[in-house]
Amino acid sequence: MGLSIIAITDHNSAENVAAVTAAARGTGLYVIPGIEITTAEEVHLLGLFESCQTALQMQDIVFEHLMPGENDEKLFGMQVIANEYDEVEGFNKRLLIGSTSLDVNRTIDCIHRHNGIAIFSHIDREVNSVIGQLGFIPAGMPIDGIEISRYTDIDRAHARFSEYERYPFITSSDSHELPDIGSASTKFLLAGLNFDEVRMALTGTDGRKIKENE
Amino acid sequence: MKLQEIIKQCGFELKTQNENLNRDVTGGYSSDLLSDVMANAKDGNIWTTLQTHSNIVAVAVLKNLAGIILVNNRVPEEGTLAKANEENIPIMTTKLSTFEIVGKLYELGIKGN
Repeated sequence: MGLSIIAITDHNSAENVAAVTAAARGTGLYVIPGIEITTAEEVHLLGLFESCQTALQMQDIVFEHLMPGENDEKLFGMQVIANEYDEVEGFNKRLLIGSTSLDVNRTIDCIHRHNGIAIFSHIDREVNSVIGQLGFIPAGMPIDGIEISRYTDIDRAHARFSEYERYPFITSSDSHELPDIGSASTKFLLAGLNFDEVRMALTGTDGRKIKENE
Repeated sequence: MKLQEIIKQCGFELKTQNENLNRDVTGGYSSDLLSDVMANAKDGNIWTTLQTHSNIVAVAVLKNLAGIILVNNRVPEEGTLAKANEENIPIMTTKLSTFEIVGKLYELGIKGN
């Protein structure tokens, strides 16, 4: 695929992050531990973290605020917890498809308190995007980036969301299946593969940046 | 029908300090996707939603809605009320669900939008 960085962001769970990180060891691939949180408004919000530990701390908060209920595998699929050898260790029984009682502002605040990066998922989609759920991104929203799905061309996204140019745009595949990985990606100019470099690229610090159409 | 009368008939709890309760309600709209409300609600409509973020006030101002009903015992987020008072948008709450409250409004003659 030619990817240097991937982020693992299961819905309301970071339980597979450690396994992927371990599997990637020695390959040169940088795996960012993450979680895709469903806020009280049903906005999908990505939290990216420096370590598995902080991702799991965030997961604790998410679990605490997740709506009650048990997953129905027939409806929503199996919620497998795997190890680094691709062996099944167990199943998460929570209703991960559900939403949390954490509102957008509180979720972003929690991510930041865990030194994470907060990104609005697939803002070009109607459902579960901040634009769909809340109509628009209010001024002063302390989000670190906005994600454009693979279904919208980046140039079109800039034209359609020109009022949000104050935020960095990233594109990613939002892969739910292996073949989708790499179907969209973002090019970063970095001096190394680590969390601070990614953060600097998002803020355009010290020459690090997002490279579009180059 | 005037908003004041609807509040009385439906037993809504008025959360804001508004002076514009004498407005005629032209119809109603129900949706929790604010983008959909922005596209489809009409001037003077009353709007039922379970969203409590302060963006609901902005949408109501944009579409010149008569008021917002928060369903299922939802309470406005901090900041939402302040903005609603500032913009003079009435926010009401009810313990009833959207389905039930829309039924009541329909019975009162508030139909469609």
